[in-house]
Amino acid sequence: MMNGISYGDGSFIHVDDLHKSFGDKEVLRGITFDVFEGETLVILGASGCGKSVLLKHIIALMHPDSGRIEYRGENIFEMRPRELNEVRKNFGMVFQGGGLFDSMTVGENVGFPAFEHWGTKGEELSKLVEEKLSLVGLGGIANLRTAEISGGMKKRVALARAIALDPDVILYDEPTTGLDPIMAEQINELIRDTQKELGATSIVVTHDLHSATFIGDRVALVESGRIEFVGTTDELLSTEQEAVRNFIARGHANRDRPEPDFTVSF
Amino acid sequence: MGLFAKFGTSALDMFRVVGSAGLILWRAILSLRRLGRSFGLVFEQMQRFGIESLPLVVITSVFTGAVAAVQVSYQLKEYLPKAYLGTAIFKSVVIELGPVLTALVVGGRVGASIAAELGTMRVTEQIDAMEAMAIDPHRYLVMPRLLSGLIMLPALTVIADILAIGGGFVVAGVALDVSAKVFVDGMRTLFFEGDVLGGLIKACAFGGIIALMGCTAGLRAAGGAVGVGQAATRAVVTSCVLILIGDYILTTLLWGILFS
Repeated sequence: MMNGISYGDGSFIHVDDLHKSFGDKEVLRGITFDVFEGETLVILGASGCGKSVLLKHIIALMHPDSGRIEYRGENIFEMRPRELNEVRKNFGMVFQGGGLFDSMTVGENVGFPAFEHWGTKGEELSKLVEEKLSLVGLGGIANLRTAEISGGMKKRVALARAIALDPDVILYDEPTTGLDPIMAEQINELIRDTQKELGATSIVVTHDLHSATFIGDRVALVESGRIEFVGTTDELLSTEQEAVRNFIARGHANRDRPEPDFTVSF
Repeated sequence: MGLFAKFGTSALDMFRVVGSAGLILWRAILSLRRLGRSFGLVFEQMQRFGIESLPLVVITSVFTGAVAAVQVSYQLKEYLPKAYLGTAIFKSVVIELGPVLTALVVGGRVGASIAAELGTMRVTEQIDAMEAMAIDPHRYLVMPRLLSGLIMLPALTVIADILAIGGGFVVAGVALDVSAKVFVDGMRTLFFEGDVLGGLIKACAFGGIIALMGCTAGLRAAGGAVGVGQAATRAVVTSCVLILIGDYILTTLLWGILFS
């Protein structure tokens, strides 16, 4: 047991031998790992190593060339659209740029999933929106347009929207990228607090070692489309494995430099 | 790259677009099951597709009718009586000019706008976000646009037909010395209701093409601002080409086979 999480009683999400190529570029080269219920798993890796692609597979926004992902024992890639949508209602995803609908206000964004799936309306919806926004420390901004808020606020609103349906799993795609160090720290704390408050399983994709060790229970290191290491954050920092030591050394060397953005869109 | 390779690549790309459009259309049709929850979205799109295109359609159709009157009068010269002016204008407007010109100008305006909007949503992960929260973009984005195209283009075409004939009527009366009675009698001569119906069937198909190609280009957009720009261009080009090809096919089917 660690942090109230039990390991070894069957995996919650099981990723099995995932392969994915875009043209000649092989992005995922046989990825296998487990995610346990209630834990925060950080998928750590340098920019362009395929970790965001991996995250998009977990919610079936992309389909692999081969391999499977099981959620509670069922392969999500073999599901019919309706079954898949039922599974997706248990997931909340925070996209790298927020993915907020710019035709809507902040409040409409946060309330959108509840309105669409539960038919929540009027006073009840406003209450739900305000509650979720308060959880991310942004009460009272429901009427602002998404263009009027800062990058950090967008990520918070995206988190508020992701937790609107009280999901079992929250996926974060590079939650601290593009933010100043103070805002990044606040987002790290927010992710950890949200995890404590809701107890949802979290999968966080990041290139930031500090962020990974701060919020993660376990860390999976991805390099060149393969998992090089999976273990607790303590194990990550103490292992003698070469790939991990190299990544950590690079991480320290880059700590004070601005992060170059090598994001590749496929 | 050799000429054949280039040709092959464009041909393959065209098949991909047609394949995507077919798949998107099929998913939008399947999502009609949840039409009851989407009325608001359909009305919003009808407003954008139809009402906001009205000024453009008014100007285009009035002048089209006016030009048609001058051209027909020149072609008739002394060979045929001016009584046929009304006939020729009426038939050419309801069969061809009304549906096709309305579709082309609305296609330029609305097709580009749909592609740019959906393309921006695609490249800024808004469509991924929608899918991730188990909301089908085909129901929420494509189906309302498709329905509004199918409904609003025939509606715009009716307005365009009336205004074009009106434009022709005014020019005939003021500049070509054709009295109102002669013009209207001319319209009645050889009147066939199938001409009007056929024109509206064409408009319905063109409206579907504009919305579908706009949505397809938008949903397939990739690569930031440049990709969105390309999507808008592709939407307009493909819908214009398909409108003209579709016009030939429908004209052959309707007037060549069904009405003959």
